[in-house]
Amino acid sequence: MKKIKLILYFPPEKTDKPFTYYLVKDYDVIFNILQAEVQPGKRGRLTIGLEGTEENIQRALEFTKEYGIEYRPFNKNIVRNQGECVDCGACTAVCPSGALYMDTETWKLNFDEKKCLVCELCIRACPAKAIDINMFE
Amino acid sequence: MGKTFEEINEKIRNGTVVVATAEEIIDIVEEMGIKEAARKVDVVTTATFGPMCSSGAFLNFGHSDPPIRMCKIWLNDVPAYGGLAAVDTYIGATELSETKGMEYGGAHVIQDLVDGKKVRLVAKSYGTDCYPRLEIDTYITLEDLNQAYLFNPRNVYQNYSAATNTSNKIMDTYMGTLLPQCGNVTYSTSGELSPLLNDPELRTIGIGTRIFLAGAQGYIAWEGTQFVLNREKIDEDTTMYSGATLAVIGNLKEMNSRYLRAASFNRYGTSMFVGIGIPIPVLDEEMMEFLAVSNKDLYTNVVDYSVPSRSRPILRKVSYQELRSGSIELNGKKVQTAPLSSLRRAREIANLLKESIQNGQFLLQQPVQPLPKDRTFNPLKDMVVK
Repeated sequence: MKKIKLILYFPPEKTDKPFTYYLVKDYDVIFNILQAEVQPGKRGRLTIGLEGTEENIQRALEFTKEYGIEYRPFNKNIVRNQGECVDCGACTAVCPSGALYMDTETWKLNFDEKKCLVCELCIRACPAKAIDINMFE
Repeated sequence: MGKTFEEINEKIRNGTVVVATAEEIIDIVEEMGIKEAARKVDVVTTATFGPMCSSGAFLNFGHSDPPIRMCKIWLNDVPAYGGLAAVDTYIGATELSETKGMEYGGAHVIQDLVDGKKVRLVAKSYGTDCYPRLEIDTYITLEDLNQAYLFNPRNVYQNYSAATNTSNKIMDTYMGTLLPQCGNVTYSTSGELSPLLNDPELRTIGIGTRIFLAGAQGYIAWEGTQFVLNREKIDEDTTMYSGATLAVIGNLKEMNSRYLRAASFNRYGTSMFVGIGIPIPVLDEEMMEFLAVSNKDLYTNVVDYSVPSRSRPILRKVSYQELRSGSIELNGKKVQTAPLSSLRRAREIANLLKESIQNGQFLLQQPVQPLPKDRTFNPLKDMVVK
């Protein structure tokens, strides 16, 4: 099984088509929406996580291209500087997915990167400036 | 049965003192009861580590040659106060950099000094017969300064309201980022470990009390600004205490940035995380009753920050036990809660203080004067000045 994250760009005429239905049905990929900005008649953007066999992901990507949807790999992640972090918990107030959470025994801040939607709200919420965005290829 | 400060200090000196943190004492009392616990335990350590805006430091630079009477002063582009004697200043935690804005403020200058970093000092003067120099542009370090002491006019809030936001817009506040439509609730306290919730009537804490201040041994200098003693009955057995604050002082040169950390709140400005620990002597059983308090009996108000008023609406009262659970109910909806002060680092401080008392390095100081009981909290009158 392989896991990837992608940003998909929908042209306006495609935003009302059931693209994700075909993706799941025909290519057997596990599909997780991380962020969505899709409105009928407008250019849409969807950040997704895809999980499936190497071959199915490859075919799903070819289908996406043929369908007229552009995509690029989602190349950002959230990094925490443990040395700067004071374990205050301010970031957990805004984290929508529970990726940042307090251990209620030790009251240490924990970060479960797999759950992170990279919404970046924690960067703005951190008073110690201990959270950063990392861009990678 | 009772103990005096002097008797407890004698035990500290001869190494027989029994110390527990304010969290540990809850289980101890549960196990052996108030009476026995009060007999056995001599000191309970309390602590807090949270953002405290009313913080800052007095510095003395020493004289240049020729000397200057500094009238306008900047430290790493952050304005510092120029209204004292020639080379004295006060740098406040919330003063912002004139070049970097909210990313860097007085709190960062103070942390950089404590970390031993070089800080750029720029000062200007109108020149006087006795202080002819007009400007200076140089670097200072903490070591070079004659005096550098933290003097925080308002720290260690006894109890602070939890914050939420009923509006439709996200709010950036000193209580953190508040999501729209009561999307979250933030609170700032170490609760059952918090100093002024463990001695709510201020029986043992007063002017002159020796404290752990950001790694140094500091003192309570005065009542904090806006000091007032509020007591509100929750039920027969539970009182909600709030309003007491402390002004604290200590030698910056002995501090450690692990316990004195610059903070920067988005679209609000800078503040400072200050780590403070206060030892409370178990003078008698009444004192132990106070010290045994736990989060289930400590309450605060949940306040709506979206109402731009001095007296913001209170949505409900809530216990710290409920706030610590991760969510509370607000208008029939489950809302996630998040702390702003670090309980983990507060525990570290309470334990450090416990160890230094056990090692005989930290003696208790009986207050030279109690804190006032009769203060009121006056608003600012908004008069129309023509």
